[in-house]
Amino acid sequence: MLEPEMDPTSQPVSTNGGPKVGVYVCHCGLNIAGKVDVQAVVGFASTLPNVTVARDYKFMCSDPGQDLIEQDLRAGLVNRVVVASCSPLMHEATFRRATAKGGTSPYHFQMASIREHVSWVTADGDDATQKANALVAAAVRRVALHEFLEPRQASVRPDVMVVGAGIAGIHAALTLADAGKHVYLVERETTIGGHMAKFDKTFPTLDCSACILTPKMSQVRSHPNITLWTYSDVVAVEGFTGDFKVRVRHRPRYVREDLCTGCLECIEQCIHKQGKFEDEWNEGLGKRKPIYIPFPQATPAVVVVDPETCIWFKTGKCPRTCIEACERDAFDFEQTETFDEVNVGAIILATGFKTFDAARIPAYGYGYYPNVYTSLEVERLLNAAGPTGGDAILRDGTKPKTVGIIHCVGSRDERNNAYCSKVCCMYSLKLAHLVKERTGADVYNFYIDMRTPGKGYEEFYDRIMKEGVHMVRGRVAEVTDQARSPQEEGRLVIRAEDTLMGSVRRIPVDMVVLAVGMEPQPDAQDVRRLFNISCGGEGFFTERHPKLAPVSTFTDGVFLAGACQGPKDIPDTVAQAGAAAAEALAMVDRGYVMLEANTAWIDEATCSGCKTCVGLCPFSAIAFDEERKKASVNEVVCKGCGICVGACPSGAAQQHLFTDAQIFAEIEGVLEHV
Amino acid sequence: MSEDASRPFEPRIVAFFCNWCTYTAADLAGISRMQYAPNVRVIRLMCSGRVDPQFVLSALREGADGVLIGGCHPGDCHYQEGNYNALRRFELLRLMLRGSGIEDERVRLEWISASEGDRVQKVCNEMTEQVRALGPLRLTTPRRVEAAPTAPAAPDERAPELVGQVTP
Amino acid sequence: MRYAYYPGCSVSGTGRAYEESLLAVLEALGAGLDELDDWNCCGATAFPSVDEDKAIALSARNLALAEGRAQGSEPVDLVTPCAGCFRALLTAHGSLEERGPVARQIDGALEAVGLRYDRRVRVRHAVDLLVNEIGIEAISEAVTRPLEGLKVACYYGCMLVRPNATFDDQYHPTSMDRLMQAIGAEPIDWSLKTRCCGGACYGADPFSGTMPQATLWLGHALLSEAKRRGADAVVTACPLCQFNLEAFQERMVREFGHPIEMTVGYITQLLGLALGLDERTLGIHRMLRWHLPEREPAAVGAPAAAEGGGHART
Repeated sequence: MLEPEMDPTSQPVSTNGGPKVGVYVCHCGLNIAGKVDVQAVVGFASTLPNVTVARDYKFMCSDPGQDLIEQDLRAGLVNRVVVASCSPLMHEATFRRATAKGGTSPYHFQMASIREHVSWVTADGDDATQKANALVAAAVRRVALHEFLEPRQASVRPDVMVVGAGIAGIHAALTLADAGKHVYLVERETTIGGHMAKFDKTFPTLDCSACILTPKMSQVRSHPNITLWTYSDVVAVEGFTGDFKVRVRHRPRYVREDLCTGCLECIEQCIHKQGKFEDEWNEGLGKRKPIYIPFPQATPAVVVVDPETCIWFKTGKCPRTCIEACERDAFDFEQTETFDEVNVGAIILATGFKTFDAARIPAYGYGYYPNVYTSLEVERLLNAAGPTGGDAILRDGTKPKTVGIIHCVGSRDERNNAYCSKVCCMYSLKLAHLVKERTGADVYNFYIDMRTPGKGYEEFYDRIMKEGVHMVRGRVAEVTDQARSPQEEGRLVIRAEDTLMGSVRRIPVDMVVLAVGMEPQPDAQDVRRLFNISCGGEGFFTERHPKLAPVSTFTDGVFLAGACQGPKDIPDTVAQAGAAAAEALAMVDRGYVMLEANTAWIDEATCSGCKTCVGLCPFSAIAFDEERKKASVNEVVCKGCGICVGACPSGAAQQHLFTDAQIFAEIEGVLEHV
Repeated sequence: MSEDASRPFEPRIVAFFCNWCTYTAADLAGISRMQYAPNVRVIRLMCSGRVDPQFVLSALREGADGVLIGGCHPGDCHYQEGNYNALRRFELLRLMLRGSGIEDERVRLEWISASEGDRVQKVCNEMTEQVRALGPLRLTTPRRVEAAPTAPAAPDERAPELVGQVTP
Repeated sequence: MRYAYYPGCSVSGTGRAYEESLLAVLEALGAGLDELDDWNCCGATAFPSVDEDKAIALSARNLALAEGRAQGSEPVDLVTPCAGCFRALLTAHGSLEERGPVARQIDGALEAVGLRYDRRVRVRHAVDLLVNEIGIEAISEAVTRPLEGLKVACYYGCMLVRPNATFDDQYHPTSMDRLMQAIGAEPIDWSLKTRCCGGACYGADPFSGTMPQATLWLGHALLSEAKRRGADAVVTACPLCQFNLEAFQERMVREFGHPIEMTVGYITQLLGLALGLDERTLGIHRMLRWHLPEREPAAVGAPAAAEGGGHART
């Protein structure tokens, strides 16, 4: 929100002889005048000390109304303005602009709310007029003490950092880069793409996920305005809005990124003939070698050596056939962690989510029965680049004949997460379709409510039903291997109450798929502290306003995009990423931010060095000089809450526009006149 | 509203409302046309954490019969922690006020969120009634509003005690 | 080593065989139990359903009595064989530890009868005692007639490891299974270890209503699954579970078909057999049915006693 600028063409108003206060009482049509005796208030105001002009007008916020103020200022009749009208939350900015246009500081202005706080809430007209008088008296006394403050700006660095390179980070980075901004895109994994790179197909169009994602990934790779740092994370953030200093750590791949062409020969030639170690990218379903690339289209297409499992790192005894296999001589086993420090004007957090750990619901048998999978594991099975080459098969290699998909695992659950994870119904329907297609199995979806609100979503649900997928409405009680009949022998049985049929059903299946919900990343609390933002009760990052400001945070300059702010699907994620990029762009393009006018300052002479204020600042805006034993406020970081001012024992800390003297004056004014 | 024989006593209450929650709630009460007692006069601050105990003492000395402080609910402060500071200072201030014989009902701290316009109405009405029942605040040192010193107050109401800084 | 002992009401009635076998087994292992003087009923499942706070008071008295046995201020182990009593005592101790308003009331009530509870009792179930105090190794070493070839389904019941116990996993417990392994038997792997048997539901009128029906159904499910998995016998650690699973097998079969005829014993009875104790000492003559299959003799020098003797009484 822009603060008004001073009108450079006007003549500065003479202030010798002290303040000359102009009081303007608004009728606001009948809103005020219908209850408050406006003329009486004007008459009263003219008797107050320092008041040189007292007028009334039907609509002060209108152009003619504002002109009254400007003219009186220009004519030198007044140099302080009080408007008694509506709430400052409504028109303070309007009248500050008018005051500035009149040729003085916009802060030589005070408002008395005699509408929301008087005429609209007081039954008796006399009482209302009395109260209005009191509020006007307070404003008049106060404004006489207002300082000549100029609106201040701080400049904004031109570059932007995007943390997290899933689809949200990728889209935000591309949007900014296309607008000509330089973007640092930092990703913790060895490849960008996030969760979307793991999916097989996306709902409701059943687009191949990689097909729509990889073009964007390669655009990121080749964009001249994007500096892509993978296998990297942010370790420190300093500075403030518009000027963040970020320290990024790069982990060693032991392969030079600039030389590796992604031919993958080294993996082929590794001394391990086969993969032996848990493959994290494939959700532990496959095995990998110590040298690996998560999937063939990984970006950047550079291999990485895992020092925890590589024989060379563990024992020092390995022929290192990988080095021989590399035609580009790209290996460098001496690599260490490196760091970079960059200055950026804005930061977008797009750190994504993690899936709910299904082992927290033992009744569903995850981790106990081999053929109980999470949805993400099944995505890897279905993905052609996954551990089974796209076959949805059981652990023993056979195809399931019946599959059960359980919705709301870990979501809508008081014992785990109370919220709905928004995407699971849709992806469960999608998985039902894909599994059925690949295996010909009979598929059952067990749901509580079917939540399919997006474009084409309900139609998708319809389609899946028509394809013959069975829908059982009831929260699954348990998955068991207890057999009560011959059909159940050797299989898993899903027990659920079918609430539409009114009976408990036992459905024998070969494979169980758990639709796990979305949760914040496990280190969300650490990340949010790094960037000085907050998390909500469930652990997702908190937006500035749930309806009207979904991509900004209370820390100016830090924006949010994607699932780190709350569960959402890909369309919403991309939309939010675009919005975050736009808001970051607005800030960076404008080149400056307006600073809060009502910041605090500390009078050095009076400061006794007691340090009471230092720890109280929620924004760490107060620095303490140990040598001189004085505290000082960083006016750029200061948000103007006044906590330090209220606490300062010596009165050294004061707040612009809310100094002790001004408040005392207001108190006197409010009480001194009946 | 001074006390004289011809008019019944109307208490004067000074309120310090935080910009983000309570002041907004008061605006909402206005928009919703909720009627309440006119005795409460609001002073707008950015945060309840700005409230210096001296403001409360000054108000009482200048003629207020009661002081109301309004802030965001704990956990919702726009500046994260300001309202906790207000609470801590308020608790200490209350002890001090009690020591001076000033009744609890005269100085009140309320958490009112931006959507609770009805609470503004309720609290203002309630407090006005309570303070009215208590009568005017009598301090031994004459207060600015009273033209002549009133009758000597009860021994434990000693306005000169209201000196010094209150550390938060 | 001797421990304070809270027997509970059942073991002097239908659960007599449990106490007999437990005491005999512990003696053979060099431990002993000292019954609390003037203990009262724990309230089991019935009383908490009526008045939770007073139920805690009932158990609090027993806890206070147990604590009174201790010298000094060290913690006291209070051993109980019944899972229901175990749950009641453990839950009561937990509530009292929280020191909320109910706890304060109960402390006042105890004071009124000259008792005091300083929260020093460690409530232990007999299975916990066997596995974690006496120890698997000690038990293995004391075995003279290993029950080799005997397949046993360990049934823990719903109250042994839930809701507050910490001595075993709440979903896939293994204490009883390890005891069976220690005596040479083969515990079967099954997923109904902690599934409710319906024991507490049977109390309703057996000739009308659905509660007994539910019990029969649950019991039948448990026993048929055990049988399906090849168990020769089911062992329990609770008098109500044992009784419920053993006594209604004919009724279950009448309702649901599928003959069962499963031997349901106390874990301490099988332990006792492996330790060389005789059937009479272990209360096996009290069981409604008892049939263990013929097995190869395992111990050197020990006579190949046919442990199976039909005791099927209907």
